[in-house]
Amino acid sequence: MTATAAPPQAPAPTEPPVHKASLRKRLIPYWLLLPGILWLVVFFVLPMVYQASTSVQTGSLEEGFKVTWHFGTYWDAFTEYYPQFLRSLLYAGTATALCLLLGYPLAYLIAFKAGRWRNLLLVLVIAPFFTSFLIRTLAWKTILADGGPVVDVLNNVGFLDVTSWLGMTEGDRVLATPLAVVCGLTYNFLPFMILPLYSSLERIDTRLHEAAGDLYARPATVFRKVTFPLSMPGVVSGTLLTFIPASGDYVNAELLGSTDTRMIGNVIQSQYLRILDYPTAAALSFILMAIVLIMVTIYIRRAGTEDLV
Amino acid sequence: MRNPLTWLRRNLVVIAGLGTLAYMILPNVVVTVFSFNNPTGRFNYAWQEFSLDAWKDPCGVADMCGSLSLSLQIALWSTLVATALGTAIAFALVRYRFRARGAVNSLIFLPMAMPEIVMAASLLALFLNMGIQLGFWTILIAHIMFCLSFVVAAVKARVLSMDPRLEEAARDLYAGPVQTFVRVTLPIAAPGIAAGALLSFALSFDDFIITNFNSGNTVTFPMFVWGSAQRGTPVQINVIGTAMFVIAVLVVLAGQMIGNRRKKAQPK
Repeated sequence: MTATAAPPQAPAPTEPPVHKASLRKRLIPYWLLLPGILWLVVFFVLPMVYQASTSVQTGSLEEGFKVTWHFGTYWDAFTEYYPQFLRSLLYAGTATALCLLLGYPLAYLIAFKAGRWRNLLLVLVIAPFFTSFLIRTLAWKTILADGGPVVDVLNNVGFLDVTSWLGMTEGDRVLATPLAVVCGLTYNFLPFMILPLYSSLERIDTRLHEAAGDLYARPATVFRKVTFPLSMPGVVSGTLLTFIPASGDYVNAELLGSTDTRMIGNVIQSQYLRILDYPTAAALSFILMAIVLIMVTIYIRRAGTEDLV
Repeated sequence: MRNPLTWLRRNLVVIAGLGTLAYMILPNVVVTVFSFNNPTGRFNYAWQEFSLDAWKDPCGVADMCGSLSLSLQIALWSTLVATALGTAIAFALVRYRFRARGAVNSLIFLPMAMPEIVMAASLLALFLNMGIQLGFWTILIAHIMFCLSFVVAAVKARVLSMDPRLEEAARDLYAGPVQTFVRVTLPIAAPGIAAGALLSFALSFDDFIITNFNSGNTVTFPMFVWGSAQRGTPVQINVIGTAMFVIAVLVVLAGQMIGNRRKKAQPK
């Protein structure tokens, strides 16, 4: 490499400098990585170690906590809070499914049918990233207010009867019910579904659609056999980007739900910041991490896409 | 005559897509409309009457604009640091073969594959155990940490699609390594770096969960909004929300226009 930089007529460099330069060159990637990786090791890996040690401590806030290798905390925490774990997975799973259902048509629309409106639609999908999501989540309190127009319409078309039967709502109100929390989760994570879907749909060569049409495939068949399989990378990364953060979220459950809709994030938050029971909080957050990592691994195996990251 | 049912079926995707878009935009519309409200109680959840008061005096609420400027500072600093560190990592990963490359890739991927609350809680465990005072610095440290991965992902994607022959050509034309990097490599990688920076600014500015755990008594803008959900929401919050949406749309549109013009200017 150094040879190309030097003028061709220059005398051949002596041996030692070449050796030195190549050593320096070999070290370049490590110098590039050093600051960032150091940051991640100190502020991402090390904290995990500290949290692991916290989770096997016993003691109290007054007397201080000591590492006693008390693994019972994990069992106690899990048995006490498994309803919240189950609820989190249920809500996050439902929200992810809804995001896929709602997000796919929009991603498809932007990728194939938007024409010159494409940029504007993309902006409208991205813009919420820049507006405080807390403010927007609070807006749902207004939208779903008791006796408000949205709830009235849902009530009149019998939608609330169905959701009540499913246990998602109670009576004729939506706020403070599971439906409100799932609605908020779906809303907040939709962009994380749409953008990966869009980027994998956009890459599809539309001539494949024409070819399928020429072979007498009906539009539904084209979608089932061509478009959808080719969009799988987007579906996989979209569901992950939606499910993982949704499973640990506590903002929607706090702002739009009630004590009956508490998710595991709410429990961890209050254990850490209000009750100050650090060992239980640490154990809970490790259990959550384990559940999510296991589910994600199984899911990626089954979905079987390589180009994820 | 065409059957309306056939028309519906033909345009199902468009209708469903626009329906989703409406669902996504609806809260922004509500935020904007309620920024012109004159609420009677502490909470701005029900429409009372039209008023421009909040727009005339957006900083009229105690501590709100202070928290806003704090959030801006944190977002700027974490963007700056995360973009610098992340860009370096991205170049190392794409351009060099070295040992532990797989390990580095996983280390970058993990923060994105973990519920935010797990990272938030573990950082708090670190700071508590080390006896570090929570506040501006702990927030900044945390934000740089989680923005880093996203910058790496954005820059990596761009550098991967770069043609290495352009740099070889520069070297063949006797450009030194520094000159090649500044005049050729950096301009080509710039859109990826800009995307990473923009993303980390937005993520940091809007982050709540990690900040909630590691801020101590320091109040960023999302923390202010969170607190106001309990104490009472001033209309000014909606003003800020509306302004942020408008600015974001303008910035993104401007960015796309610049991109389009560049594309057109390039000879085919």
